[in-house]
Amino acid sequence: MEQSNPSPPTTRRIAIDPITRVEGHGKITLLLDADNHIQEARLHIVEFRGFEKFIQGRPYWEVPFFVQRLCGICPVSHQLAAAKAVDQLTGIRQLTPSATKLRRLLHFGQILQSHALHFFHLSSPDFLFGFGSNPAQRNIAGVLEKYPEIALKGVKLRKYGQQIIQAITGKRIHGTGTVPGGMNKPLSIAERDALLADITDILQWSQEALALNEHIHTAHPEHHHFATLPSNYLSMTGASGELEFYHGGLRARYADGNNIFDQFDYCDYQQILREEVRPWSYMKFPYLSALGIEQGWYRVGPLARINNCNMISTPLAEAARQRFKAFGQGKFVHHTLAYHWARMIEALHCAEAIDELLHDPEITGTELIAEKGQHQPQGIGVIEAPRGTLFHHYQINEEGLVTKANLMVSTTSNNQAMNESVRSVANQYLDGQEITEALLNHLEVAVRAYDPCLSCATHALGKMPLQVTLQDVNGKVIDQLTKGMSGEIHR
Amino acid sequence: MTKPRIKIATTSLAGCFGCHMSFLDMDERLVTLFERVEFNCSPFTDIKQCEPCDIGLIEGGVCNAENVQVLRTFRANCTTLIAVGACAINGGVPAMRNYFDLQDCLREVYLTGTGVTNPQIPNDIELPLLLDKVYPVSGVVPIDYYLPGCPPSADEFLQMLEPLLTGKKPLLQKLHLHYD
Ligand code: SF4
Repeated sequence: MEQSNPSPPTTRRIAIDPITRVEGHGKITLLLDADNHIQEARLHIVEFRGFEKFIQGRPYWEVPFFVQRLCGICPVSHQLAAAKAVDQLTGIRQLTPSATKLRRLLHFGQILQSHALHFFHLSSPDFLFGFGSNPAQRNIAGVLEKYPEIALKGVKLRKYGQQIIQAITGKRIHGTGTVPGGMNKPLSIAERDALLADITDILQWSQEALALNEHIHTAHPEHHHFATLPSNYLSMTGASGELEFYHGGLRARYADGNNIFDQFDYCDYQQILREEVRPWSYMKFPYLSALGIEQGWYRVGPLARINNCNMISTPLAEAARQRFKAFGQGKFVHHTLAYHWARMIEALHCAEAIDELLHDPEITGTELIAEKGQHQPQGIGVIEAPRGTLFHHYQINEEGLVTKANLMVSTTSNNQAMNESVRSVANQYLDGQEITEALLNHLEVAVRAYDPCLSCATHALGKMPLQVTLQDVNGKVIDQLTKGMSGEIHR
Repeated sequence: MTKPRIKIATTSLAGCFGCHMSFLDMDERLVTLFERVEFNCSPFTDIKQCEPCDIGLIEGGVCNAENVQVLRTFRANCTTLIAVGACAINGGVPAMRNYFDLQDCLREVYLTGTGVTNPQIPNDIELPLLLDKVYPVSGVVPIDYYLPGCPPSADEFLQMLEPLLTGKKPLLQKLHLHYD
C-alpha cells in the first residue's frame, strides 16, 4: 500500500504487512528519523476474536472442540489443554494408563508435525537460500525444487505427525478424541502397526533435521548475534526437572540460569502471572508478577524448554541437549535463532518417545475412561504446546455451562520478546540504512524464530502481515515501505 | 516449452489456518502439484499482495475492515474465487461472537479478564477496524465455488482443483460434502 509523503519528513513510518510464513495476522511498524535511525519498532497483532466471551453459556464438554478451532496448526494442543481442564471440572484426578499414553502419543505427534512444519515449510527458505535471497524463491515450493532431498523428508516428518493425530482423533485437523476423564477410542493394533512400519525412517530423518539445524547455527557466527536477548524463561518440567510436554510443574529461571520458581503448581498460575494491555496490539503482554512489568517478561517454547530442563528422557535427544549445553558452555543459550536448533532437539525427542509408546502394550489398551468424580466449579489445564506453555482456565455453573474463560496462549508469552527481537534487528541491521526488501525480511526472520501463532494469540482469526512504516514525532504517517507483489519495495 | 503454471493465491481472513494446513496435507503430492501450479500471494510465500491469478482460495470469514479490503483485492484479481471451509462459507466458530455485543467481547478480554494490568481496549491506528459481526465471504463479494469442511481434507482440495486445472467445472462427490 502506498502512502503520500507529506513534507517535511521528520520521521518515516515503514510497515511490513502482512508478515508471511508465520501463522496469524500481524504487522511490523518502524519509525525512522530523517537519517534513517530507528526511533521505534513494533510488532502489532491486528486481529481480535473474543473467545473468552463467546464461550460463555456453552456446555463445558463442547469446549475442547471449539477451542481447538483457534488454531489449525496446533489444534491438538488446545484440545488437550482444554481436556485437562475438563477432567478437573468433572472431578477426575487420574486417567487410566492407556488413556494417558494415548494422549501423550497424540501430543508427541502434534509437536512433531508442528515443529517440522515450522522449520521446513515456513522457515527453512531463509536458511537454505539466505535472509536476503530472491523473495520469489523463498518458500516451500522453492525448497522442494532446489533441495528436494531435504524438503521431502521434512514434508514426510510432518505427514507422520499428522498420521498419528488422524489415527487417534479420526482427522488430521480438528478431530475428536478426548472426553471428560479419558479418550473416546482405542488405537487398534492395525493402526499401531501401520505407524510402527515407518518409525525407523522417522527417527533417521529427525536426526538429519537436527544435524542440519545444529550445523546451520554453529557454522554461522553471525546467527549468534542476530536478535539475541538475555531473558527469563518459563516452561513446564517433569518431576525430576526433565523435558516434559504433557504434565508437570512450572519452572521459571533468570537469564543467568538461577531459579525464579520451580515445580510450581500451575493451578495457581494467577499468583505468578499477569498480562498487560497496550493500546497498539490485540495481543497482551504477560509477565511474572513478582518481577514486575519491566523485568518480568520471559520467553517460552523450545529454547526455554531446552535451556530450563535438566535432562531429556530419550537418549538421542539427550545427547543432542548435551551438545547444545556444551555450545553454551553450560550457560543458557540466548540466541534467538537457536530456537530452531532447540526445536529440532525436541522433534527428535518426539520421534524417540513415539517409538517407545508404540512399543508399549498399553498403547492399544481399551480401558480409556476413568471413574467420574464430584463436579468442580473450575478447571485449569496447562501443557507445553509446540510454541510454549499454554494455559486454559474455565469456570462453570451448576448446569455445567461456562461462566468465565481465560486463555494464555504460548505466543502471547513471547510477545515482549518478539518485540525486543524486532527492535534489536532493526537497530542492528536497518538503522541508518536505505531500507530494502532483503533488510525487511531480516525482521521477519526474527519473528519467525519464535514460530509465532498469532491466530492463537489473539484468539482471533487469521494471518500475520508484515509492512514497515514511518511517522513523524507526532505520530503522523510520513512514509511507508511495503513489499510489493513480487517482493519489490513500494515507498 | 513447458506450459505456464496455473497461478493460485490464498489468504486467511478470520480463520484458524487449519484450511491452509489441510492444503499442505497433500504431502508428497505437493511436488507434482507445484509442477502445474505456482503460489502467488499467500501466507506460504513472501508475495504480499495479490497479482492477477487463475484461482483464489479464501479461508476464514470477514471480521474487520482489512479482511474486506483483502477479499475485494482477491475478487478483483482472481478469475475463479473459492470459499474454503466453514468459516469462509458461513462464519464458522469466529461468528459465535455474533451472539454477543462486540464491546462486551472486548471488555471481557481487555478490561475484566483474569490478571489484566493496564486494562484498556486497544485502539491504535495500526489496528484495523473491527466489524460489528463476522460475515461469510459471500456477503462481501461474489464467490464462484464453495469447498465445505472444517477443514476440507487434502483429497477434497485436489478434487476441487483437478478439474479447474484442466478448465473443467469441479463437482464434489456427495461423500466429500461434509461440514466438520
Ligand atoms: S473452516 Fe475450520 S479449519 Fe478452516 S479456518 Fe475455519 S475453523 Fe479453521
